[in-house]
Amino acid sequence: MTDQYAYWNKDMELKTRAELDKLQDKRLRAIVKYCYEKVPFYNMVFKEANLEPDDIKTKDNLIKIPITKKQSLRDNYPFGMFAVPLREIIRIHASSGTTGKPTVVGYTANDIAMWTEVMARTLTTPGVKKGDIVQNAYGYGLFTGGLGFHYGIEKIGAAVIPISGGNTDRQILLMQDFETTVLTCTPSYSLYIAEFMKQMNVDVDKLSLRIGVFGAEPWSESLRTKIEDALHIEAIDIYGLSEICGPGVSVECPEKTGLHVWEDHFLPEIINPETQEPVSEGEQGALVFTTLTKEGIPLLRYLTNDISTLDSEKCNCGRSHIRMTKVLGRADDMLIIRGINVFPSEIEYQLMKIPGISENYQIIVDRDILDVLTVKVELTPDTFSDKIADLQTFKAKIERQLESTLQVNTNIELVEPGVIERSVGKAKRVIDLRKEKI
Amino acid sequence: MVKQLSVFLPNKPGILAKFTALLGNNEINIRALTVADTADYGVLRLIVNDPEKCMALLKEENYLVSETEILALQIEDEPGALYKIAKLMGDNGINIEYIYSTLITGAAIILIRVNDLEKAIKILQKSQMKLLSDEDIYSI
Repeated sequence: MTDQYAYWNKDMELKTRAELDKLQDKRLRAIVKYCYEKVPFYNMVFKEANLEPDDIKTKDNLIKIPITKKQSLRDNYPFGMFAVPLREIIRIHASSGTTGKPTVVGYTANDIAMWTEVMARTLTTPGVKKGDIVQNAYGYGLFTGGLGFHYGIEKIGAAVIPISGGNTDRQILLMQDFETTVLTCTPSYSLYIAEFMKQMNVDVDKLSLRIGVFGAEPWSESLRTKIEDALHIEAIDIYGLSEICGPGVSVECPEKTGLHVWEDHFLPEIINPETQEPVSEGEQGALVFTTLTKEGIPLLRYLTNDISTLDSEKCNCGRSHIRMTKVLGRADDMLIIRGINVFPSEIEYQLMKIPGISENYQIIVDRDILDVLTVKVELTPDTFSDKIADLQTFKAKIERQLESTLQVNTNIELVEPGVIERSVGKAKRVIDLRKEKI
Repeated sequence: MVKQLSVFLPNKPGILAKFTALLGNNEINIRALTVADTADYGVLRLIVNDPEKCMALLKEENYLVSETEILALQIEDEPGALYKIAKLMGDNGINIEYIYSTLITGAAIILIRVNDLEKAIKILQKSQMKLLSDEDIYSI
């Protein structure tokens, strides 16, 4: 039954729900005590909430612990949230810090071992194995993507090409000459590579690529279809964030029905981002994680801003590790257009349903008297016509599609190919000009 | 029938200057041209002396360009000449999708895109209209 599925740590990956619950309760008690004793920040949080570590006996008591926000990491910049002396730390990563000081995370030797282990599972789950040639086009450096993948790829015995992001000519050259079988990068960069190949007249079927493991930004189901069609591969979604460990928090199995969270290390919840109350299973909200085993920078109920839902039903692949749906967007990416909530990922999903449309688009929000939502869409040789009437019909069709599903008036601006900036790392799909005017 | 190139251009200052500089620098001569425009963009339709070369050049420069077969007719440069063509098309149920013109010494050239190219050619030939070929128009 489970022969078609691969496991790295079969014993842990196939634990039953009851076994996982029991393990989580035990590890939760330990990490709460650890945080209380080792992290002054948590000691203070517990005292202010009149809470003792003993008050947390099982996951059911989790709600008593206040939510930890990203701001607390910034307030304790750089090392204030660490639970161990700096001499125990063997690796430091930091976020790009576009909206303030970077958030800094530190790993002990055990943390790196744990991260490597979950990345090994994460790569094995969709079918990456020893013998594969993995082209790792995630950025190497302070960003956790490059090194997180690197360690996992080596662990499973596959060969890693540590090419990092960018230099697309060389990416394609090595992909051909080294017979790369697995590509790891952001989903938008995979499309950029595909587009580049088309321009270079590279025959995709002559490549050896079979799997792509894509993450670090939200991407829609329809973008998956585009990538799979363009590169002739299985496109797999992976999730992670540096605060929790980096890539490897969760991944899709071949069923592609949600991302399995490695629950022996990460305890997920979904809360309403406004009220911070937990929602019932299956309901949409912001993901929250408690790290169950981390030593360097353990976090309790850390609010991610990533919008998802959870499903605890056992998967066809045999795993009971809870599934989170593909991240729909970030709570702070959500656009409010004339009072209506719009996720950029939903716009993408609707756009990609239209035949012939280019995956190169950009969302621009501006304010005249009311908010104005404009989507720039690149024309392609397939959608270009010398008759204005055809172009206007195409434009109107996209506008109708978006308006009927988003309930917001949308202007479509058709633009010539190549004018929308291509991204090597995370794609900049949304420009909110309202922010600059405040 | 002649080959017309249609190019998508944003409706912004400087775009046409850049475009025509490219053609000029590559010895491409424009024989006829028209622009259909909207607020955001326009479609420039043009007949040039060397459509293959022009097409390759524009593709290389990443312009969005397509090729369309259209009709080219030489008519007298006098009142009522265009009426004959328009009536002929209308009477035979052929729709003129767009039309433009260029002048040569003593005559006018009408460029027409119709919805039924083959039928239009038959009717025009039957009516003794002077249809121009690729060579005719490129060598004007």
